[in-house]
Amino acid sequence: MSEKFSLTVNGSVHSVTADPDTPLLYVLRDDLGLNNPHFGCGLAQCGACTVHLDGQPIRSCITPISTIGDGKITTLAALGTPEKPHPLQTAYIEEQVPQCGYCINGWLMTAATFLRDNKKPTDAQIKDALSGLKCRCGTHVAILRAVKRAAAMMG
Amino acid sequence: MTRMEKSANFSRRALLRTGGALVVSIGAPMSFDFARADDAAMSAAVKPALTPDQLSSYIAVNADGTISAFFGKMDMGQGLFVAVGQIVAEELDVPFDRVNVFMGDTATSVNQGGASGSTGLQEGGKQMRVAAAEARRVLVAMAADKLGVPAEQLSVNGGVVQSNTEMAKSVSYADLIGGRYFNVHLDWNGKFGNPLYAPGKAQPKDPRTHTIVGQPLKRQDVAPKVFAQQDFCTDIKVPGMVHGRMIRPAIAGAVPVKVDDSAIKDIPSARVVWNQGFLGVVADKEWDAIKASQQLKVEWSEAKPPFPNQTALYDHIRNAPVRKRQVEGKEAGNIEDAFKTAARVIQAEYEWPYQSHASMGPACSVVEIKDGHVTCWSGTQKSHFVRAGIAAILQMPEDNVHVIWTPGPGSYGRNDADDAAMDAAVLAKAIGKPVRVQYMRNQGTGWDPKGPASVHQVRAALDASGNVIAYDFLSKAFSRVDVDTNGSKPYDTLAGQLLGADLKSGDGFGIPAESYAFANKRTAWEVIPPLLDRGSPLRTSHLRDPVGPQIHFASESFMDEVAAAMNMDAVEFRLRYVKDPRDIAVIRAAAQKAAWQTRPSPRKDQTGDKVSGRGIAYAQRNGTRVAMIAEVDIDRRSGKIWVRKFTVAHDCGQIINPDGLRMTIEGNVVQGISRTLWEEVKFDNKNVTSVDWLSYPILDITETPEQIDVVLINHPEIAPSGAGEPSSRPVAAAIANAVFDATGVRIRRVPFAPDYVKAALS
Repeated sequence: MSEKFSLTVNGSVHSVTADPDTPLLYVLRDDLGLNNPHFGCGLAQCGACTVHLDGQPIRSCITPISTIGDGKITTLAALGTPEKPHPLQTAYIEEQVPQCGYCINGWLMTAATFLRDNKKPTDAQIKDALSGLKCRCGTHVAILRAVKRAAAMMG
Repeated sequence: MTRMEKSANFSRRALLRTGGALVVSIGAPMSFDFARADDAAMSAAVKPALTPDQLSSYIAVNADGTISAFFGKMDMGQGLFVAVGQIVAEELDVPFDRVNVFMGDTATSVNQGGASGSTGLQEGGKQMRVAAAEARRVLVAMAADKLGVPAEQLSVNGGVVQSNTEMAKSVSYADLIGGRYFNVHLDWNGKFGNPLYAPGKAQPKDPRTHTIVGQPLKRQDVAPKVFAQQDFCTDIKVPGMVHGRMIRPAIAGAVPVKVDDSAIKDIPSARVVWNQGFLGVVADKEWDAIKASQQLKVEWSEAKPPFPNQTALYDHIRNAPVRKRQVEGKEAGNIEDAFKTAARVIQAEYEWPYQSHASMGPACSVVEIKDGHVTCWSGTQKSHFVRAGIAAILQMPEDNVHVIWTPGPGSYGRNDADDAAMDAAVLAKAIGKPVRVQYMRNQGTGWDPKGPASVHQVRAALDASGNVIAYDFLSKAFSRVDVDTNGSKPYDTLAGQLLGADLKSGDGFGIPAESYAFANKRTAWEVIPPLLDRGSPLRTSHLRDPVGPQIHFASESFMDEVAAAMNMDAVEFRLRYVKDPRDIAVIRAAAQKAAWQTRPSPRKDQTGDKVSGRGIAYAQRNGTRVAMIAEVDIDRRSGKIWVRKFTVAHDCGQIINPDGLRMTIEGNVVQGISRTLWEEVKFDNKNVTSVDWLSYPILDITETPEQIDVVLINHPEIAPSGAGEPSSRPVAAAIANAVFDATGVRIRRVPFAPDYVKAALS
């Protein structure tokens, strides 16, 4: 049965009615109209649905809305803006990373917390941090260029 | 904002701006006296019919001086629209940022074939080039008339036509025609799709004068994507829309015989749509539709497990009846006689598995049927063909169907997008509401059309001096067009097949594309019937560079085997037999860039478990040439291969955008490595068992090459050929040849997964 939930997303509080087992992904996309994140697998295998919950990346496709509680959710839409971009967004544009672009939500949101917590990472650390995320177009080399560029920008 | 909205707004604005008297074109030849009338007739207030023989079908000059280019193909992520915009801007002499390219909307573009066979520039760009050149010619003629200056004395700069002698005499494109439409007839060749060609009277520019074409301009869609402002087809929402999910059988080929919806009674708004083999559910909320699809109780027909066990796949192919045999290309000499005289025969057999598009997201489509008109949003590669398919399955006139291409979650050929569009159309008609269908992951990987599995038998005859005197290459495989490359016919889609359409499985494969000159040469293919003829998760169609990776894995591995048997260096061997000068140039360029050391393979200077090697492979593809060198590290204990470095030399004629080209090649290489090392559709006798990223693994970022060097060979004097796929095809052979160089062991079956390699090495 549907229940009411209060969700804090990108700094705003929203009230939604949904089944408690509804994955957060569908609430964000269909009820709140936030088109990122994306549905990729529904199995936490690809990362396309990644959002931040209290500053940590989670896979929203397997996270029931009933488990969010008072947690603060951030989506790609709030990572940065064209006027005030996150360094990763700047780097992605400079390096022209995406091809189809459907996967980039996962890479950006995962890399954002990694670079926040790891200054001057090695190449191996970057790869390990991003391991498991999927990109089907094969933009991996460009992704690494961009993340390294962003790491340099973030000092 | 969706592309559709942009496009429609443009049309509405254009309509509001116009409203002058209707100008009717006179088809008869004009004398000089009628020049003014001719110019007036070159534009019209009402847009001429959207037909390939009208300039307005490709180019419009808007009142604000911007240019709209209407393109009947679409970009799958390689930045094609940037290159097309560059071509249009170049020919029209307007700044690049003034051109907007609208792609693949059936209401604004003619059928140029969609995304197909790397022809975006080769065919699509060629047409946009002549259309833009003709637009410039017409605009200059109109300016000549308006300014009273002969056209020869006019030049165009930034969209302003100016007298070469009197600076004051100038007029902008916008003032000449802005907001009205070209009313100019083109010399259309009568063809639709990739071969569509409709030039005007104008000659395109001499490539030596290009200033916009050839520049590394950036894509305008990257920023919207990284700022979460770009809508994919998965993001389309229309009022009253419900969510649909499809239900597929556990045993392929089974059809529902009893559907019990009591199990979904507690799910609000859930409804079942069942017709013959077609079974789906809809619900107002997406999660409800998913739950309903999982909870619905379905009794399926008794179906005999249709597939062999996976281990028997290649034996099945070898033993299967041949449905069609084709010798392609130029058959040289007499193969059988030559083999009889051979001093030595080398032969080998190679195997390639079924592979899945496994697009990043499963396909999605939204279909709305309103007042007898259908609107479909789809990430298809071929919107005009999907339009025909929807019209056929809904039994409506094509004119009443509008397909709006919207970027999808990745596409590399005939993936599941066209099936999703048809499923959405059938559901929307059945329930009388707009329906959004997105497949689940297990359907995206498990039920998309597959790249065909194949076996390749190759042999070469050597004379006593070690010269190759005969070469015989045969592929035996599932067809590349068991279902066709587009969804224009219901029988080529799951929905059509499940609703009982008469089947029509096509025959097609291919041959190696190279210029090895052997005195006796035969290249042929044989196609076998599909394992299951209707509603099969192993139906086969086009997956990036259709059949190219399979064929060239075999042919270019084999060339290495011959070179090794002759104790020859692999580059030297190729240069000895390859005859095309551009082929030779890419091979030399790759070898030079990679600092190739001339020596035979395998290396004999390595001991221990960690070994390294290098390998080369090369191929042509419809005019493009590519040579690539893989450098690999192998751990003999684990069988794990790391492709450390790739060097690519690429010649696709004139380069329109070098940065876009470079990124396209990088994507091909990485995806090609993934297909070579990891990708194999697994199945048991009942169904496909590759249903997610664990059961269909692809390359992980930890396995990415540390370096991909790309050498671009530019030939401005040669019309551009394709780049979307050619650099996919030699990847597997380059890696196989490098593995042989490192280990002395020849891997003849893809994928080179660690367990398989480990077993091969021990």
